[in-house]
Amino acid sequence: MPTDNWTDSQPIVSIKDVHKSFGDLEVLKGISFDVMKGEVVCIIGPSGSGKSTLIRCINALNDIQKGSIKVEGIEVHDKHLNKLELRKKVGMVFQQYNLFPHKTALENVMMAPIKVLKESPAEVEAKARDLIEKVRLQGKENSYPGELSGGQQQRVAIARSLAMNPDIMLFDEVTAALDPETVKEVLVTIKDLAEDGMTCMLVTHEMGFAKEIADHIYFTDRGVIVEHGPPATFFEQAKDERTKEFLSQIL
Amino acid sequence: MLEAFIEFFRQLADDYPRWNFIFFHEPRQWARIVKGLQYTLVLSIACVIFSVIIGVVGAWLQSSPSKLVRHIVQGYIQFFRNTPPFVQLLFFYFALGQFTPSITGPDGWTEVPIISNVGWAIISLSFFAGAFNVEIFRSGIEAVPESTQEAAEALGFSRLQTYKEIVLPLAFRVSLPALNNNLVNLVKTTTQAIGIAVPELLYQSVSIWSDYPSAQYPTMLLLFISFIVIVGVLVLGMHRWEKAMHIPGYGA
Ligand SMILES: Nc1ncnc2c1ncn2[C@@H]1O[C@H](COP(=O)(O)OP(=O)(O)OP(=O)(O)O)[C@@H](O)[C@H]1O
Ligand SMILES: [Mg+2]
Repeated sequence: MPTDNWTDSQPIVSIKDVHKSFGDLEVLKGISFDVMKGEVVCIIGPSGSGKSTLIRCINALNDIQKGSIKVEGIEVHDKHLNKLELRKKVGMVFQQYNLFPHKTALENVMMAPIKVLKESPAEVEAKARDLIEKVRLQGKENSYPGELSGGQQQRVAIARSLAMNPDIMLFDEVTAALDPETVKEVLVTIKDLAEDGMTCMLVTHEMGFAKEIADHIYFTDRGVIVEHGPPATFFEQAKDERTKEFLSQIL
Repeated sequence: MLEAFIEFFRQLADDYPRWNFIFFHEPRQWARIVKGLQYTLVLSIACVIFSVIIGVVGAWLQSSPSKLVRHIVQGYIQFFRNTPPFVQLLFFYFALGQFTPSITGPDGWTEVPIISNVGWAIISLSFFAGAFNVEIFRSGIEAVPESTQEAAEALGFSRLQTYKEIVLPLAFRVSLPALNNNLVNLVKTTTQAIGIAVPELLYQSVSIWSDYPSAQYPTMLLLFISFIVIVGVLVLGMHRWEKAMHIPGYGA
């Protein structure tokens, strides 16, 4: 695989003219953009515009019909893709947390490194405890997902992803299922991560947060990127009518 | 103590001839009951184990990408679910049994089939209950959200790892109540092995009361009580297991 010639100075994620259909329904109609290492990118847009689909294509949970997605030089849209290699690089956090309900918080975090990476349980446990602390959940190690609040579950899910040592984190509306008080604790966790230099791609409806954290914002509608730019220009000087309308509804 | 017990039932049989608990005061009849119980327990335990294995494997095969495999599993389920288990038993023993090879027995001159009537009873009843177990586990698997499996996939789990570590443990918990019912039915159905002369409890009981008509009521009573106890132990065990597998904050 052509990963050897990828360096930090090239985009860590490179998306070129991506088309994706479900049956006859074309959901992505030629999306292109690059993300550099350490960048935080927010994707916003109305419901059904294809944000989740796009982000799922990046770690091969969805396939694409046309175009190219490269992660650290690995072509994701390749029949011979080594999915495991890709998934070691890309972590993903879902709107519904999707924790393993029969495992404790700590076990949830430990599972993938032990089963997938075959690391030694003792080392993994030490690392997992650090991660639990990092997402501020000390004392909840032995709680089952059903005993945790939504915000706590979501932070376990973030820790679970981080345990695989990814280079890129994908967040798909990770606060959308939370009540307003707990949204903040999850956003703080993501912000910590971003400040540590993690490359992050977030789909979010939290405009305030996007403004604060993002290096670059992409606005999608009906499968295309309508407008983009750094938060300062994007929010203050939106030119496109669709963007303006969306922002006026949501702000 | 034991003497008094035996004497009591001998006396009872003398005073009330309809209540001849012959197996309590005649060692040879007692031996028949013990043997019958042993066979019933062997049949029950073996069939429970094999039918659960058939259920787990069948449910995994049902999610196979190969259409042929899925059709075979479906055909198996339809056949065993929609025909009487007693007929299945007779079919296995009399029809298939003819085609299995025999070996020379220990006495050097009789021909002994490699699969005995006990063997055929275990095979037939396991496949019968297994067909239901496949369906039971499949509905358990369907109760595991796609999104939970997707999370495992995104963490790099393979299909088999996801099945083993995530899907099966969760599906099993959902399936336990239905599995419980099916296994209870299976244990009761082992009495049908009488049809191919497996010397289990019903077979021994019928033999006793045809030899001693006065023992009919007591033997029937013994049959009922034995099954109430066996099924009771099974149900208790399943409930313990269900409790042990309960996850705090998950499910009902
Ligand atoms: N597995 C699927 N099969 C068929 N259609 C799908 C599938 N997943 C998504 N779609 C369709 O693709 C379109 C884009 O969906 P997507 O989930 O990407 O939107 P979104 O921008 O994430 O919306 P939201 O803000 O509501 O999450 C929708 O019309 C949706 O119905
Ligand atoms: Mg979405």
